[in-house]
Amino acid sequence: MGQRAFLCGNEAVAEGVRLSAPHVIAAYPITPQTVVVERLAEMVEDGSVKAEFMHVESEHSALSASMGASAVGARTFSSTSSQGLVYMAECLHYASGGRFPIVMMNANRSLALPWSIYGDHRDSMSLLDCGWIQVYTEDAQESLDMVLQAYAIAEHPEVLTPVMINLDGFVLTHTYELVDIPDWEQAREFLPPYETVNKLDFDAPKNMAFSSNPGNNLEFKLRQHRGMLRAKELIAETDGRFQSIFGRSYGGLTEAYRCDDAELIVVSVGSVTGTCRTVADELRNEGWKVGVLKIRFMRPFPEEEIIAALRNVKAVAVLDKDISFGYEGTVFTNVNSALSKAGAEILKLNFIGGLGGRDISKDHIREMYRRLQDGLDGIAQENVQYLGLGVAIDERG
Amino acid sequence: MSVVNKVRINARTITDKEFFYGHKACAGCGGSLAVRHILKVLGERTFTVLPAGCMSAVGFNFPQLCFDSNAIISTFAGTASMMSGIAAGARALGLKDYHVVGIAGDGGTADIGLQALSGAIDRREKVIYICYDNEAYMNTGIQKSGLTPFGARTTTTPAGENIKGTVTTKKNMFEIVAAHGIDYAATASVGYIQDFINKIQKASEVDGTSYIHVYAPCPTGWGTETDVTIDLAKEVVDTGLWVLAEYEQGEFRLNRNPKSFAPVENYVRRQGRFKHLEDEDIAAIVHARDAKWEQIRNSWKLK
Ligand SMILES: Cc1ncc(C[n+]2csc(CCOP(=O)(O)OP(=O)(O)O)c2C)c(N)n1
Ligand code: SF4
Ligand SMILES: [Mg+2]
Repeated sequence: MGQRAFLCGNEAVAEGVRLSAPHVIAAYPITPQTVVVERLAEMVEDGSVKAEFMHVESEHSALSASMGASAVGARTFSSTSSQGLVYMAECLHYASGGRFPIVMMNANRSLALPWSIYGDHRDSMSLLDCGWIQVYTEDAQESLDMVLQAYAIAEHPEVLTPVMINLDGFVLTHTYELVDIPDWEQAREFLPPYETVNKLDFDAPKNMAFSSNPGNNLEFKLRQHRGMLRAKELIAETDGRFQSIFGRSYGGLTEAYRCDDAELIVVSVGSVTGTCRTVADELRNEGWKVGVLKIRFMRPFPEEEIIAALRNVKAVAVLDKDISFGYEGTVFTNVNSALSKAGAEILKLNFIGGLGGRDISKDHIREMYRRLQDGLDGIAQENVQYLGLGVAIDERG
Repeated sequence: MSVVNKVRINARTITDKEFFYGHKACAGCGGSLAVRHILKVLGERTFTVLPAGCMSAVGFNFPQLCFDSNAIISTFAGTASMMSGIAAGARALGLKDYHVVGIAGDGGTADIGLQALSGAIDRREKVIYICYDNEAYMNTGIQKSGLTPFGARTTTTPAGENIKGTVTTKKNMFEIVAAHGIDYAATASVGYIQDFINKIQKASEVDGTSYIHVYAPCPTGWGTETDVTIDLAKEVVDTGLWVLAEYEQGEFRLNRNPKSFAPVENYVRRQGRFKHLEDEDIAAIVHARDAKWEQIRNSWKLK
C-alpha cells in the first residue's frame, strides 16, 4: 500500500511523475504551474527522482529538448500553461507528428490580452488540433493517477502520441486534498519501462523527423490519426488495468452522472463538474430529471459516448470556458457535431463562462438547467449565452 | 562521454566511409562539404541534429534519406535545445562513447536559434554546435540574415538606386559565444580543411560545450562559379575578412596572422552579390577589417 498525503493538484502531478520514473524533465516556469517544476527539482535533488532536470531557457526549448530525449528512447515529462503553451505551438505539432510519447501537464490559464493569470480553457482548446491527446482532470487524485495512465497510453506502440494533462489553473493546481500516493512497486507493475523502435539507435541508425512529399504526406498523417483513434479504445482498457492494481477508476473518455433517466443534461469539462453534480443533486431533490456528462478527453473525441448519453434526452447545455472568436465555444462545436451526425433533434444551448478565472457558481448552473427548460417550454433562447455577464458593455463602442 | 581519437585525422587517416551522400545540394555547395567532413571526423557513434535549412532540406526527403548515421531534423529555432535533450536522454539511459552534434545555418544560429544556443552553453551541455555560414537564408531563397555581410545583395536587401544591399554588418557569433565562457569555440573555413578537421576533433574531446563557426560559400546564393568555392573560402581568410581563431579557457588565440592581406577587391569582384559595390564601399569594408585586426592583434594571443 502507498501512503496518503495532503497535496495540491500541482504536487499530485509531481508525485505522479516521480512514480512514472522519467529519464528527463524539461520545463519552464509559469504561473500557475510553477509548483510542479519546483517539486520535481526538489525530488531530483533528494534523489527520489533519478532524472536529468533540464534548466531550459523557454517553453519552445522545453519541448524541443523533450523531443530530443524522446528520440533516443527516454521517458520525458514537461509542464506549462497558457502563454507557455502557445509559445510551444510549433513544437506541439512537431512532437505529435514525430510520434514522441511525451507527457506534459498544462495548467489551464487564460491567454493575453488582456493579461490574466487565472483559469479558463482557451489555451488548450485553441490547440485542440495539434495532435496531442487531451485529458482534463477534476481533482488532485485523478491528476496524479492520470500521469501514470498517460504514459501507458502515450507509449503504447500502436498509439505513440503525446498526452497533455489539463488541470484548471488555481482551482485545481492550488487546491489541497487528501491524496492516495500509489506504491512504487505497484507503479512499476502498472507502467513498465518505455521500449520503442522509434528512436535514434547505434545498432539500427535512423533518419528521423524528415520531410515528406505530396505523394506520401497523407499516409504519414493518416497513421498519426489512427494512432490517436487507437488511443480511444485503449483509454478505458488502461483505466481497467489501473483499477485492478490500485482499486480506483475513472471510466473512459466521458463520465456520466445521473444521466440514465435524465431529460436535461449539462455537459462540462474539468473541475467545474463537481459544482455541476451538486446542483444536479439539488435539482433532483426538487423533482427535476437532470444529469451531468463530463467530457474527460477532448482528443480523441468521445463521439460515440456522447451520442449514447445524449441522443434520447430532451435538452443539452454545453458549458465552455473558451470562445472560438467569431463562432461559439469549442466544446459546443464538437458536441453539436457529434449529435447532429446522429440526427439527434434535441435542444442544444451553449453557455460560455469562467473566462479569466471568473467563478461559475451553483446559481449559474441552475440557470443553465432553467434555460433549457424554458427553451422546451417555448421561450426563445439564444444559442450562445454568457454566464454572469457582469460589467456592462457599452454597445456604442 | 567523449570518444578520444588517439590518431590525428588528416587526408591520409580520414575514414573512407561516407555518412552524407545521395543528397541534392547544389554543385559547389560549401555547406555540404562541411557536413561531410564533420560526420567523417566524428564517426558513426554520432547523433546529428540539423534544423530547417539547406542541409536538412537537401538530405532528408523521404524515402531518400541521406544520413548513414543517426540524424534528426529539429525545428528551425530548436537545434541546440533538441541536441541538449538528446544529450540528457542519452546520459539518463547510460549510453557511452558518442557525440551529439548540431549543424545549423547562419540564420538558424545567429537569429532564430540564438536563444536556444545560449541556453545550451549556459547549461554546459556536452555537445558540439557547428554553424555553417553561407551568409544568408539560402533555403528560402537568399534572404538577409544576421550574418549577411555589409554590401551583399540578397532578395530582401536588393541593391538599387537608394540602398546598396545590406547596410548592416555580421553579428560576431564567435565572440558572442565566447562571452558565455564556453569551453571551446573556434572559427574555420572549408577552404582550410585540415584546420577545420583539427578543430572538429578538438571539439569532440572537450568536456563541455563547443562551438565551431565554419565559413561555407554558396554558389547559388552568392552568384559565383561552382568551381571556386574552395578558392573563395581560402581567399576570405587571406584577405583578413574572415579570421581563423580559437577561444579556450577565457582566451582568444589567432591561428593565422598573415603579414599582408590578399586584395579585398579580387574577393568581392568575383561575386554576383557584391557586383553593385563601388570603390568607396570596398574601402569601407577594408577599413572595418583593419579596425578589427588592430583590436585582435592588441588583445588576442597570436599563435
Ligand atoms: C519557425 C520557422 N520560421 C521560418 C522557417 C522557414 N525557413 C526554413 S529554412 C530557412 C532559412 C535557413 O537559413 P540558414 O539557417 O542560414 O540555413 P541555409 O538554408 O542558408 O543553409 C527559413 C527562413 C521555418 N522553417 N521555421
Ligand atoms: S543554395 Fe547554397 S547552401 Fe543551399 S544547397 Fe545550394 S549551394 Fe548549398
Ligand atoms: Mg544560411
